[in-house]
Amino acid sequence: MKSNVMGMILAGGQGTRLGVLTENIAKPAVPFGGKYRIIDFTLSNCVNSGIFKVGVLTQYKPHKLNAHIGIGRPWDLDRKGGGVTVLQPYTYEEGNVWFRGTADAIYENLDFVDNMNPKYLLILSGDHIYSMDYMDMLNFHISKRAKATCACMNVPLEETCRFGIMVTDLERKIVEFQEKPKHARSTLASLGIYIFNWEYLRQLLIDDAQNEKSSHDFGKDIIPRIVEDDEKLFAYEFEGYWRDVGTIKSYWETNLELVQSIPQLNLYNNSWKFFTRTPEMPPAYFGDDSVVINSMVSEGCEIRGVAEKSILSQGVRIGKGAIIKNSILLTGTVVEEGAEIYNTIIAENSYIGKNVKIGMGEYAENIEDPRVYNSDISVVGYNATIPDNTVVGKNCVIHSNVQENDFESNIVESGQSIFIRG
Amino acid sequence: MKVLGMIFAGGRGTNLGLLTTKRASAALPMAGKYRAIDFTLSNMVASGINRIGVLTQYSPRSLIDHLGSGKEWDLDRKNGGLILLQPYMDLNNALWYRGTGDAVHQNMTFLRRSDEDYVLIGSGDHIYNFNYSDLFNFHFSRGADVTFVYKKLDESYGHNDYGIIETAEDGRVLSFEEKPSDPKNNNAFLGIYFINKHLLMDLLYNTIPQSEGFDILLDVLIPNIKRLRFYAYEFDGYWRNVKKGINEYFKINMDLLNKDVRKSLFYSNKAMIHTKLKDLPPPKCTGTSSIKNSIISDGCIVAGRVVNSIISRGVQVKAGALVENSILMQDTVVEEGAQVKYSILDKECCVRTEKRLIGRKEDLLVFEKGSVI
Repeated sequence: MKSNVMGMILAGGQGTRLGVLTENIAKPAVPFGGKYRIIDFTLSNCVNSGIFKVGVLTQYKPHKLNAHIGIGRPWDLDRKGGGVTVLQPYTYEEGNVWFRGTADAIYENLDFVDNMNPKYLLILSGDHIYSMDYMDMLNFHISKRAKATCACMNVPLEETCRFGIMVTDLERKIVEFQEKPKHARSTLASLGIYIFNWEYLRQLLIDDAQNEKSSHDFGKDIIPRIVEDDEKLFAYEFEGYWRDVGTIKSYWETNLELVQSIPQLNLYNNSWKFFTRTPEMPPAYFGDDSVVINSMVSEGCEIRGVAEKSILSQGVRIGKGAIIKNSILLTGTVVEEGAEIYNTIIAENSYIGKNVKIGMGEYAENIEDPRVYNSDISVVGYNATIPDNTVVGKNCVIHSNVQENDFESNIVESGQSIFIRG
Repeated sequence: MKVLGMIFAGGRGTNLGLLTTKRASAALPMAGKYRAIDFTLSNMVASGINRIGVLTQYSPRSLIDHLGSGKEWDLDRKNGGLILLQPYMDLNNALWYRGTGDAVHQNMTFLRRSDEDYVLIGSGDHIYNFNYSDLFNFHFSRGADVTFVYKKLDESYGHNDYGIIETAEDGRVLSFEEKPSDPKNNNAFLGIYFINKHLLMDLLYNTIPQSEGFDILLDVLIPNIKRLRFYAYEFDGYWRNVKKGINEYFKINMDLLNKDVRKSLFYSNKAMIHTKLKDLPPPKCTGTSSIKNSIISDGCIVAGRVVNSIISRGVQVKAGALVENSILMQDTVVEEGAQVKYSILDKECCVRTEKRLIGRKEDLLVFEKGSVI
């Protein structure tokens, strides 16, 4: 049965609300949990569920993502038949076409799926952190004789306005679909995980591609159309761990959930491992002066300062007397002596000079984009340098590749953003 | 120029006691996530050697499991790659490897079939980071037949545990003495040889079948020391041999707490040390943890105190427990309130609540795999 299933992972999104974190890389390639990248969770769920035919659809800044996936070795997806295939937009006789939407991305790869000849197509998103056995969902799909199944999760009523909401009958058949409703009639939110009978979806996609009014999106067009046709679309209620890390705040919170004493996401389950590709580094070293509590410290780290309730990714170096609290430091970040970092996300290979302080003062609205940056959390981009003795406030943004001379003074007030000059 | 690699990994290392009852010394866990053989294997790969034979004999299961297809070292290849060479029986013989020379001799087909012209021979017990390219250049510039690698040892090494090489100014080997009681100098041979393949084959054909001894160094090479051009190349980086004993094994691991040693083994630009990956999450330190001067590997959960120790993958140190000056191998659990000092705990040990294992520096406690204390 398993060979009848094929997974298609939508990994082309920009993830605009992650701000500088997705300035140079696609959201699925954003690092998570010390050594992983977001897409690892979906990929690992696939192989743990026994699905070894996987397509990954990319579009936005795919280099890091492509390098990460490679031929799929870390996930055992380097196979003779199937395995992982990265699918990028391509050109044909009529000209260049980007994927116009999630449904269009699958439509453009119709031949690819046909060649694999699956009976069931699993549509996944590379943006979420979760642990799920897709076989349970497929069994549900088959037992309901469904044409399509949508995985859903109960969310608090006040959060329903952020999700697509499914209203079902007693048999779990979906009778109404509400996209981000003000007044929800159910609390079952769609997780963006679908199983379709391929023959059925194939026709839907062909019809949808012809429809000029359509935005070619699963959530906005395909699912409403199925509901409208009163076809056999069922809601599979998922009760395990699932998180959307689409905003800076939720990215920060979901990461820091991992340092709780018994986190909901179990990374230690030997029969449900999360695989990833990482640079090879020796284990972490804790110096004589290190004080590390409630934190994760990855391989290659050298810790001589204090870390509390933080995630330190691979190869992070913390100098003597430095203090890191409630923060996420991504791979290769160097924090010099005496620096203090509170409530901050620092992207890969950044350099924090001596006695720098980040996360000081009072909250202020961000001048650059309050839609994206709207919490106490300050964010530092990739390969940025913060010069010695700089004091940075809350809700600040230091953009990628910023160097010493991009700072006008050694005080960055809360809510300010620092760009590369010129 | 193409070089074939051969690694001796068949010995038990009798001095290692309980640590090698069920594994060869080359498979000893090192530095939290590695095994001893990773170093020589990775050095060879970094030096562009991509056909490597690993000679196994003593209890090879864990070694074979570790090496697998050679994938982690990029040695799963269409041509060459990793080849495990175990003793075998055929119509005429059923011999174990009687010595290192015999081991190579029994695998003459491997030498003959490969298209490499040179052979680099190393040992799976040595911990060092070395790109052999410099050695190759030295060998050719001297027009040598055989090149040995030596190191000037300081007092931290056993006084008469090593073979001693006497060289001329240009590196020509004048004499060799195996573990002399009164060494002439401190130029210790490191068990690394570089030699022309056909010369090695000739020497083996001419000695092993009618020899009493089967050691590649003492019985095959050294008797020709006057006749052939033997040279010695000095290696001045960090080098240690785990096979020397439990105290040496302990010392090597503790050396890793020294920044310079870590740098020379893992952060040099000469060779990247690879190992079998386990895909475990980064180690977690809970609110009650305190870690000083220690190495903590992936998959660990530390809630107790860890001081001056090497903690391997998947170890748990529970609240109120103390681990000091010790090596804990994979998946060992130290329960609440237990104390472990100057001890080596092999894999999957469990120290029960409130137990005290107090060793001394000169007298380390060693526990076998799976011990429950």
